[in-house]
Amino acid sequence: MDALYGYSLYFISLLTMGGIYAVLCLGLNVQWGFAGLFNAGIGGFFAIGAYVTALLTTAPSARHIGGFEINTLVAYGLSMLAAGLVAWGVGKVCLRLRSDYLAIATIGAAEVVRLIFKNETDYTNGPRGVSAIPKPFETLPEPWNHIAFLVIVLIAVAIAFWALQIAQRAPWGRVMTAIRENEPAVRAAGKDVEQFRMEGFVLGAMLMGLAGAFMAQYLKFVDPNLSDPLTATFLVWVMLVVGGSANNKGAVIGAVLIWTLWSASEIVTGRLPDEWAVRTAYARIFLIGLMLQVFLQKYPLGIFPEQRPRPPRSSRESA
Amino acid sequence: MLAVENLCKHFGGLQAVHNCSFSVAEGTITGLIGPNGAGKTTTFNMIAGELPPTSGKILFEGQDIAGLPTHEMFHRGIVRTFQIPHELAQMTVLENLMLVPPAQPGERLWSNWFSRASVRSREKSVMEQAEDALEFLSIYHLRDELAGNLSGGQKKLLELGRTMMTNAKLVLLDEPGAGVNPTLVLKIRDMILRLKEERGYTFCLIEHDMDMIGALCDPVIVMAEGAVLMEGSMDEVRSDPRVLDAYLGGEAA
Ligand SMILES: Nc1ncnc2c1ncn2[C@@H]1O[C@H](COP(=O)(O)OP(=O)(O)OP(=O)(O)O)[C@@H](O)[C@H]1O
Ligand SMILES: [Mg+2]
Repeated sequence: MDALYGYSLYFISLLTMGGIYAVLCLGLNVQWGFAGLFNAGIGGFFAIGAYVTALLTTAPSARHIGGFEINTLVAYGLSMLAAGLVAWGVGKVCLRLRSDYLAIATIGAAEVVRLIFKNETDYTNGPRGVSAIPKPFETLPEPWNHIAFLVIVLIAVAIAFWALQIAQRAPWGRVMTAIRENEPAVRAAGKDVEQFRMEGFVLGAMLMGLAGAFMAQYLKFVDPNLSDPLTATFLVWVMLVVGGSANNKGAVIGAVLIWTLWSASEIVTGRLPDEWAVRTAYARIFLIGLMLQVFLQKYPLGIFPEQRPRPPRSSRESA
Repeated sequence: MLAVENLCKHFGGLQAVHNCSFSVAEGTITGLIGPNGAGKTTTFNMIAGELPPTSGKILFEGQDIAGLPTHEMFHRGIVRTFQIPHELAQMTVLENLMLVPPAQPGERLWSNWFSRASVRSREKSVMEQAEDALEFLSIYHLRDELAGNLSGGQKKLLELGRTMMTNAKLVLLDEPGAGVNPTLVLKIRDMILRLKEERGYTFCLIEHDMDMIGALCDPVIVMAEGAVLMEGSMDEVRSDPRVLDAYLGGEAA
């Protein structure tokens, strides 16, 4: 019975983390899948969201600014806003440039974000991070507190999924697809391509910020390593590529699937003999890389490839 | 309506367009002809905002629009087609056309989530407009085909279809008849005339098909080596020794 209880707790945590990654992955799907923008600094936007919620919701502390103790929902909104604003700034400078520059610029932005959180010790407590972040419903008895938080995350995934599904099938998504198809044609059709790109970039970053906010609450702790390129950027890319780029279902399923495999790989590498223990981190990366290869061999376009909406029914009777 | 003054476009050392000046009067179908590499397409690219001019002025309805972005030109009423069709290959023919109408409510993210009724009703009218255009071009049967699967000539028709999806004032057609079979070329001619009559479009037309130019265009502008060689009616152009020498070839009639 105890074992069963342990498994269910593990399952809940798996789903919670999978859900947080699903929000991240949906964000990347807007940027890459819809808009074709290569963001190599996902971790930066994620960390911004995490720190905004961390600093705004914690009780007063001598170690960092804060003591605002604002409402969780407001904190989510502000996390999204902050990540979106930074994306807007980065986009203003870089979206006009050739697309490979965006990749470099976003790596740079993520690194700047990490260094700020690390070095502004007066505000962020530097490398030691911010702790005792309140988590919604944490006062409920076990396991209901975990379940309640999971439900919050799942609701966010559902709303984000629904919103993106609509956006993708709408004229907005049509313009986005068209831009990836043939940019000069879209310009000649009078669309402001930069404007649409910016919308995709900012919307995606806002979702990444929201994921960061959840992460801060889930861990009850944030530190600058949250923007780690491996777990916050590379892993999300693997999720989207495996699940299926430009497909929202693919983004969600890819996130949950890869997170499950990633966390299972810890169980495997955890059993390795001691002398291997220091190498486990590398072994896990190796495993993920291998998995990516295997999936791509079998599903070159991801498990759920992009799907165009079905043509609308004709308004004509005949023909 | 449109006046180009001393327009220049240099690519490195190459003077693709150099001190080119001409004008297009409202209500005309103005022909733009000249040998390959004369700078005709480059001139279109500048008028449509695809390329910023090196120097010179482009006056549209009295305002200098040189260097404005393409979407700005579009909203002022300048619509162009491409010499090499720019279809959206992985999208259907219908979607290719439905993309075009400006200021669709569904292009704003917000409206898609919070005022879906207005988006839906506009989509319906845009779809009907696109279907009308397809019928006009007699490619309605290709409605749900991917545009990438169309033949070269059908893609040309789709290019023309795009100009019908908006309230254009000036339409720049870059070789609408090239690679199209003769009966279809005649059809395209009729369509251009009908669009002129029914919608009041003004056209500027690049073609190497002199029958089409002769049938539709007055005046005709001849470009060579980046500048205007001469301008006049088709008959004047046909009998001008400079034009014969540079472009049409053969003896003066
Ligand atoms: N983007 C570009 N970069 C460099 N050179 C260019 C570019 N576009 C056009 N050119 C050059 O400018 C000159 C004019 O080209 P343009 O396409 O305007 O000719 P055209 O009159 O349309 O010819 P055609 O009848 O063959 O279509 C050519 O010599 C071409 O090589
Ligand atoms: Mg040309």
